[in-house]
Amino acid sequence: MADTTTNEHQHQLLDRVVIRFAGDSGDGMQLAGDRFTTSSAVLGNDLATFPDFPAEIRAPAGTLAGVSAFQVHISDHDILTPGDAPNVLVAMNPAALRANVATLPPGAIVIVNVDAFDERAVAKAGYATNPLTDGSLSAYTVYEVPMTSITTEVSKDAGVKPRDAERSKNFFALGLISWLYTRPIEPTIAWIEARYHDKPLVKEANHRAFKAGYHFGETAELFESSYEVRPAALEPGVYTNVTGNTALAWGLIAASVRSGLPLFLGTYPITPASDILHELSKQKHFGVRTFQAEDEIAGVGAALGAAFGGALGVTTTSGPGLDLKSETIGLAVSLELPLVVVDIQRGGPSTGLPTKAEQADLLHAIYGRHGEAPLPVVAAKTPSHCFDAALEAARIAVRYRTPVILLSDGYLANGAEPWRLPDVDGLVTIDPDFATEPNHVDEEGNASFWPYVRDEETLARPWAPPGIAGLEHRIGGLEKADGAGNVSYDGANHERMTRLRAARIAGIAHDLPPVDVDDPDGDAEVLVLGWGSTYGAIAAGVRRVRALGHSVAHAHLVHLNPFPTNLGEVLARYRAVLVPEVNLGQLSRLVRAEYLVDAISFTQLQGVPFRAAALEAAILGQVERVRAGAAGPGGTDEVEGDNGKVVRS
Amino acid sequence: MTEVADAVPVPVTTRKDWSSDQEVRWCPGCGDYSILAAVQMLLPELGVRRERTVFLSGIGCAARFPYYMNTYGMHSIHGRAPAIATGLAATRPDLDVWVVSGDGDALSIGGNHLVHALRRNINITILLFNNQIYGLTKGQYSPTSEVAKVTKSTPFGSLEQPFNPLSLALGAEATFVARTHDMDRKHMMEVLRRAHDHRGASFVEIYQNCNVFNDAAFEGITGKDNRAEMLIPLVDGEPIRFGAEGQHGVVMSDDGSLAVVDVADVGEDALLVHDEHHDNPALAFQLSRLSHGPVEPTPIGVFRDVERPEYGAQMAEQIDAAVARRGSGDLAALLRSGSTWQVG
Ligand code: SF4
Repeated sequence: MADTTTNEHQHQLLDRVVIRFAGDSGDGMQLAGDRFTTSSAVLGNDLATFPDFPAEIRAPAGTLAGVSAFQVHISDHDILTPGDAPNVLVAMNPAALRANVATLPPGAIVIVNVDAFDERAVAKAGYATNPLTDGSLSAYTVYEVPMTSITTEVSKDAGVKPRDAERSKNFFALGLISWLYTRPIEPTIAWIEARYHDKPLVKEANHRAFKAGYHFGETAELFESSYEVRPAALEPGVYTNVTGNTALAWGLIAASVRSGLPLFLGTYPITPASDILHELSKQKHFGVRTFQAEDEIAGVGAALGAAFGGALGVTTTSGPGLDLKSETIGLAVSLELPLVVVDIQRGGPSTGLPTKAEQADLLHAIYGRHGEAPLPVVAAKTPSHCFDAALEAARIAVRYRTPVILLSDGYLANGAEPWRLPDVDGLVTIDPDFATEPNHVDEEGNASFWPYVRDEETLARPWAPPGIAGLEHRIGGLEKADGAGNVSYDGANHERMTRLRAARIAGIAHDLPPVDVDDPDGDAEVLVLGWGSTYGAIAAGVRRVRALGHSVAHAHLVHLNPFPTNLGEVLARYRAVLVPEVNLGQLSRLVRAEYLVDAISFTQLQGVPFRAAALEAAILGQVERVRAGAAGPGGTDEVEGDNGKVVRS
Repeated sequence: MTEVADAVPVPVTTRKDWSSDQEVRWCPGCGDYSILAAVQMLLPELGVRRERTVFLSGIGCAARFPYYMNTYGMHSIHGRAPAIATGLAATRPDLDVWVVSGDGDALSIGGNHLVHALRRNINITILLFNNQIYGLTKGQYSPTSEVAKVTKSTPFGSLEQPFNPLSLALGAEATFVARTHDMDRKHMMEVLRRAHDHRGASFVEIYQNCNVFNDAAFEGITGKDNRAEMLIPLVDGEPIRFGAEGQHGVVMSDDGSLAVVDVADVGEDALLVHDEHHDNPALAFQLSRLSHGPVEPTPIGVFRDVERPEYGAQMAEQIDAAVARRGSGDLAALLRSGSTWQVG
């Protein structure tokens, strides 16, 4: 950290900072965090965000249950996670303080809206005494800022009612933090102008509050220093800041553009997947049809109907919806039609934790249908990777005529990161390869069409949407005769069809890139194997362990079914394989079953991402175990981590 | 896919062209046979193309229908055919999409999809084969079975108030609602022709005899000797009357309810004149409630036929409007639609 001096304040350069905005659900903390993220992105920082909000739209004000927070990590170098612990907490009321203070490291900055700390509010948050005066915050640098009163004061002569003016206090907080971290103010002002152009009073109040916050930092003799986080040295290119759900929606559009297939989304609103519907319904000029169905079943049914008609059929959901869609997905397995099923996982079982992330739908995705009903499963690993994963899911679906389940989760869905935009002309092309002519000659020598004649390489059947004379055919959920596709109850045929369906999905492995192993020194003995949204946390944990001088390898799976062909060989190279997951050990079970490898499961299910520190400790544990000669097959042992559990059995 | 076909005139076809090579497997004597025959005889008359005709179904005896049609077809899962048809019809306005369903499929497990497809006015033709029983699962009571029905699953009689399928469809804002029966091919073909020609969702209840598990359920009204006195043919713009000599009719009583009367008692001018196209579905609804099961004089024919924008066409219009306003989608521009910045 280099020090430079400005007129009144110290000005310090930081390499990174983690800021957490916290307030009531109705306080606009998500908006403040989002605007701060955008101005940091435009400035060129690398960043990662973690919106953390309750399931209720307006949970009781002032209570712990109602606290909504947005954490953003900005840095001048590439980063992988939204940060284990905030360096700065903005707390709009006592509940927001109480809900978050435990995560702060000593020395952190706490900026509170002191106007909200009256006796009633303090008691409502569950404090016996006022934390601002009882000395309990002595480990932190606390700034008491009268955000509510200044915000209402500055809008007094603008004709804004005090009650309405008060609502702009999130912009005051944003202005203050923008000053403290030397963010440009123009993007936010331009955004306020555009967003509220038809609500002049709201626009004025937000504008004034934002500037007041900024000037407060500058003029109040409160802050010793302002800070700066310089742009990160990212790979050259054009960047945008993107959330997982937006990237996923764009990936689906890209799949439509690159295949020439019209995109049809059949879906039902569900947290945290609805934003994909919202984004796609804005993009009608791409020929996108979005259908908000009467229920989850109709959503996937309509998508399957559209696929039968030759569209790129997609349905989006979260766990409870995936349960409901299972029967129709099974039908798609039988029909052998392309279908993309997107599951934005959340905490379960049942309604579970709607706004919190979990990775517990993996086994459901792979096995969750009656009968032998295999299908490919693809998982996104970062917010921007949701774009690539969506494109990949559609590619596999179309090429192999199969439903594909694409797994994301609430953390990727709402989290954002800078994304270096791909060259759209370089994206994969998807050939629908529709059937155009009869493929069979019957006993009388007439040309006819058999819907279950298979491509020799892919084992995929022809896709023949209605419209071509001579290709009329009937498909359905009853078992079909191999080739001809007529209903068949013959046992030998059923066994052949079952094995063909399985072989078709298994064979996709030959069409996948080998799993990439990050093992820079090539001498690691411990491999960390992950999938999905734990990518950033695992990579950060691995970095920390390497910084301590140890070698450790990291592989992250995008294809969960089938696995890449080299996975078994990769796993066999290491003496210990650690599998961190936000579930009770699902991938670890799969690789144990598939490769007879003694995979060690490290799990946590608290609705929040792994902390890099926890993974560092878990990985170090394995490094030490290997060094002690303890690794290898056999034995049972169980180790409790500080926020996770290691199980060997 | 459609351009090539458009260049070729619609071929002249016969019933045989619309029949698949699959052996029909309904029980001998099942009413489904006559419905299949009526459809296969009607299609050559409609001037439509086989390759643009799709039959979709769910599960049940009726749901085997698509296998017997030499068209595109899908035999899907229980109750979901209207949902699947919605996706197909919304993306392929060039197709004729028929949904074949039964009382269990459409009104029990698939009730939700049925009412929403009707409400949205999806461009599909829904045929509900109503036999008031579960056939494929061998004889349990269905949502249209009469109260106190004794079946395998209700040895002491069923307790449930049955659905009136037409009342349900009208309540769901259906734009075309009709009833016919499996004993009168001519009537079936005429009603099905009207249903096909209607733009939007058409709903046709077809009284169908399940001779194995609920034989003669409709005999009292559809039997050759009973029809004249028990079926009330609805004719648009005509007074509603029936009977061998047209001696009975339907009037609206002072309390607004409908009643069956003898024309001689009230005079011809007092009879209710049928109006399929009335904006208000109240009269059609009243007609649907005139009989409480196939034991009283029962109206057949088209109850309601009104125009309302069709869902798929409106979806296409929104797309066309968006393209006109913004130009066709440009992927590179989409990716740059938020704030962007250049590095290096
Ligand atoms: S069980 Fe009844 S409805 Fe089914 S095929 Fe036999 S007669 Fe027809």
